Amino acid sequence: MTEASAPPAATATATETVTALRPGVLGTNAARPDGVPKVQGRFAFANDLWAENMLWGATLRSPHPYARIRSVDVTGAWKIAGVEAIVTAEDVPGQPTYGLIRQDQHVFASGYVRFRGEPVAAVAADHPETCRRALEAIVVDYEVLTPLTDPEEAIAGTREPIHPDGNLIRHQRILCGDPEATGPIVVEGTYEMGMQDQAFLGPEAALAVPDDDGAGLELYIATQWLHEDRKQVAACLGLPEERVRLVLGGVGGAFGAREDISLQVHCSLLALRTGRPIKMQYGREESFYGHVHRHPAKIWMRHSASAAGEIIKIEARMVFDGGAYASTSPAVLINGVTHAQGPYRCANAIVDGYATRTNNPPCGAMRGFGVVQACFAHEGQMDKLAAAAGLTPVEVRLRNAMRTGDPLITGQPVDSVAPVERCIRETDALPMPPDLASDADVLSLPGGTGRTADRGHVVRGVGYGVAIKNLMYSEAFDDYSTARCQLNDGVVTLKFATAEVGQGFLMLAQQIARTILGVDDVMLDTIDTQIGSSGSTSASRQTWMSGGAVDAACRKVRELLFEAVADRYGLPALQLAIEGTDVVDTIGTLRVPVGEASMGLRLDETVEYRHRPTEDLDENGQGNCHVAFAFVAHRAVVDVDPELGLVKVVQIATAQDVGRALNPLSVAGQIEGGIAQGLGLAVMEEIVVTDGMVRNASFTDYLLPTTLDAPTVVFSLIEEPDPQAPLGAKGVGEPPCISVTPAIAAAIRDATGRDIRRVPVRPQDICLA
Amino acid sequence: MSVLTPSTIDEVLAHLAERPEALLLSGGTDVMVEINMAHRKAPAEVVALRRVEQLRLWRHNPSSEGTGGTVTIGSGLPYAEMEHGPLAELFPALAEAARTVGSPQIRAAGTLGGNLGTCSPAGDGLPVLFALDAIVHLRSIGGQRDVPVADFMVGVKQNVLEPGELVTGVTMPIRHGWQGYSKVGVRNAMVIATASACLAMDRDRGAVTLALGAVGTTIIRCRDAEGWLAGELDLSAEPLDISDAVAQEFGRRAAADARPIDDHRSTAAYRGHAVGVLSSRLLRRAAA
Ligand SMILES: Cc1cc2nc3c(=O)[nH]c(=O)nc-3n(C[C@H](O)[C@H](O)[C@H](O)COP(=O)(O)OP(=O)(O)OC[C@H]3O[C@@H](n4cnc5c(N)ncnc54)[C@H](O)[C@@H]3O)c2cc1C
Repeated sequence: MTEASAPPAATATATETVTALRPGVLGTNAARPDGVPKVQGRFAFANDLWAENMLWGATLRSPHPYARIRSVDVTGAWKIAGVEAIVTAEDVPGQPTYGLIRQDQHVFASGYVRFRGEPVAAVAADHPETCRRALEAIVVDYEVLTPLTDPEEAIAGTREPIHPDGNLIRHQRILCGDPEATGPIVVEGTYEMGMQDQAFLGPEAALAVPDDDGAGLELYIATQWLHEDRKQVAACLGLPEERVRLVLGGVGGAFGAREDISLQVHCSLLALRTGRPIKMQYGREESFYGHVHRHPAKIWMRHSASAAGEIIKIEARMVFDGGAYASTSPAVLINGVTHAQGPYRCANAIVDGYATRTNNPPCGAMRGFGVVQACFAHEGQMDKLAAAAGLTPVEVRLRNAMRTGDPLITGQPVDSVAPVERCIRETDALPMPPDLASDADVLSLPGGTGRTADRGHVVRGVGYGVAIKNLMYSEAFDDYSTARCQLNDGVVTLKFATAEVGQGFLMLAQQIARTILGVDDVMLDTIDTQIGSSGSTSASRQTWMSGGAVDAACRKVRELLFEAVADRYGLPALQLAIEGTDVVDTIGTLRVPVGEASMGLRLDETVEYRHRPTEDLDENGQGNCHVAFAFVAHRAVVDVDPELGLVKVVQIATAQDVGRALNPLSVAGQIEGGIAQGLGLAVMEEIVVTDGMVRNASFTDYLLPTTLDAPTVVFSLIEEPDPQAPLGAKGVGEPPCISVTPAIAAAIRDATGRDIRRVPVRPQDICLA
Repeated sequence: MSVLTPSTIDEVLAHLAERPEALLLSGGTDVMVEINMAHRKAPAEVVALRRVEQLRLWRHNPSSEGTGGTVTIGSGLPYAEMEHGPLAELFPALAEAARTVGSPQIRAAGTLGGNLGTCSPAGDGLPVLFALDAIVHLRSIGGQRDVPVADFMVGVKQNVLEPGELVTGVTMPIRHGWQGYSKVGVRNAMVIATASACLAMDRDRGAVTLALGAVGTTIIRCRDAEGWLAGELDLSAEPLDISDAVAQEFGRRAAADARPIDDHRSTAAYRGHAVGVLSSRLLRRAAA
């Protein structure tokens, strides 16, 4: 064929644009290096860890939510053959307590147990079954006390402190503008959210291998933040940090539940005690007791608005129950109160937030981190406001939508790109699902396989939710990430301590290096503490933070490469660029493949990337406490069987502000997964706690959505690169799960006319309320 | 732990006679969960039934009186084989119940023998057996007993099985008339019933039977609602005409028979309400 190439098709689709890029670079759907092994079952998760001569560890937990420990008698357990170590509070060599923000939880309960499931002792033995029998043989004499389970009692201060630090973990007030401001429309409501579990599929697991000299160890661990774990483990063991080396074990999901210490210290301590490798892993039930959950919350809000539906003032009282220990409650609370206004302009506010300490299960980080609770409340309010102002849910949200530069109620200007209006409009423009057919398959109706409904029993509803979510760590935290890039003979090797928990950072790091350095093969070094911290894989921060660090390290190496090439060919380095996989002279003719250009070179750069500093809030809740923000809108279409109170979420439409889609397929994965998690919170996922006791610590009764519960998802990515973000990309992990929950609740209200104030929505809330 | 893998019923009975405390293992979908959750101690001895072909069969027993006869279903037949095919055509309610059990993996392993062995009021097979007046066949080395299912299940996870006894199967009459099963759970698949109901018409006898699950210590047969409906209408008439008022009253009476409780899965009030709704809806389907 000698014909000139055909003119480009008038309508290039997104996929065509993507395939025009070099495979594997930023912007493509590059494959995950861990993807195929995970799908084929060959990936080694932390539960699969094994070492020669290893012992098993297991934890004894409190059966009571609140009790004084009179004595712990381990003599019976020592009589069991195969038991090699038994440790209790007395055996902790270093700092007796740990905690992410405040070190208020004992490694093993000392004096008191403050929640059902609190660790009291641990054993090491030759077999898990021996461990189980040894735990049974430990006699703990408890004086059972009346648990404090009502957060309001914790706030009122009417009960004796259940902990030396008191029953209130944190109170924060926000006062903004004129507290007397008001308007012709006033709407109020009280909103409640149950306790959700992260329910990652790979329960907690670790392998601790002691050093030969017994003065250090290596801990293979499924975690979200190796360096923070190391800090806490070393402190509790009384070892210098350099004698505690952490290596990332295969992580089977995290969602916040691996931020806190669970079995890290126990496992390490047993290894040091026995001088043998110790394997510990939780089963599903123990996992429910072994990690923190999403805070249950009760939020009262009152919105004052103009007759046109413009928000004039918000008032809120937000109560987050932190349970027995602080974990990240202080930070979760701050996220809650600082997001009380939602993605809407608001000049006046009075917000009071409380994080309480009770004898309920400890709560801490979970995807959305305090914003999920706030969003459920403010979105319920927006619908009330719409009704009062005679607007549609979409109109009221558009009318109040925040824009770049608008101030938050903390006084902080939102200088991130804030395409709230676009999020709403593009969500609304996505196609609606077809009407429910008159001969619809019973499996597609509410009730699914239970065949409870016929077509005539089903009504449809539509609801909206919009969210703002902060990205990265807040309140003056020194938040940074480290990465090292080496280029030797055409091969790039990256090293970082970034926990890959399933979000796809391995793939992203490779994409960055391919793009910046023009190489195809990118090796990834072991993820461990042999390099500086990468911070936590949470707060939607790793693409920005570790992505930023990898990007910066690769750029530095590229400069070195250009200098070397410039030297060799007598050209100014500034004239050089990477084009495809070549180094090219942008104004001359030189073109050398990177492989050849880097032959014999040993280029090596390590970079610490920091986001801009943030401030603490003052006593009136004023201050630039957050780094950046992302936005999202959701529209839910649900079918409800009002008589039985059963729900089928038919479709979720969403437009998300992603800055830039570095790997569109991966973004889609976050969107679909986040929606499933938010749907779970809307209609089924709840840890049921009565009198401090968890009633459903199993997947038999803690219900996660199945494929029959998962909706069709249609989405649109809003790509307005954020100039602050190193790659233009905002974190995409949390926003998908935030406003979907209120959107579903709103759709149920729309379908049934019921005043839904609580999620998860239970059938009786719909049909018997 | 020792696991015996007999291949005939006689071998099973001989093993059981020697070790009456041995645990019978059918699909294991209840047993393994109980052991993993430490609700049951790992047994010293297990008699596994998977290789006993006789327990995995079903057969049609023609009747001498010219009616449809009966069907005997082996206690080891997995749910997957009840979902479709000739057995499903004979007992549509059983097929619907089987399709609601767990996931495909659970249905490939789980059996009626296990559902009867566990005897949970939320077991999905049980309301069907109750509505169809099933006879449970029990055998031990000492002989055979045939027990109506309503006498077999005596409480929450309690039945009249004696040590050394095996459920070999159940026998149910083939009925002429619509039958169906409905179950409420908070998830659209793979969920334990918070309330369930099975309704079966018996057009030849002009009768209806209704059994409720998860709303009492045993499955509940709604004799009052059944008798009331048969008195109200000629249930052998074709076509059957059910008014809204009749369906509602039937549901109301069914709900009145329920003895639900509050627990972490639901409330008594909701369960009572739900079985009423299910019962009316099933009746409407029967007439559709
Ligand atoms: C994920 C999951 C989902 C589930 N979902 C459902 C559901 O939706 N609906 C439902 O009803 N159940 C459900 N179950 C429970 C279980 O699948 C059923 O009860 C099933 O019928 C048990 O059958 P099996 O053959 O597996 O019993 P097994 O576990 O083998 O045995 C259960 C009990 O019966 C005894 N037993 C077994 N066979 C005999 C026999 N022939 N004679 C005497 N005793 C015997 C055993 O000794 C044991 O005590 C679920 C279980 C799981 C794990």
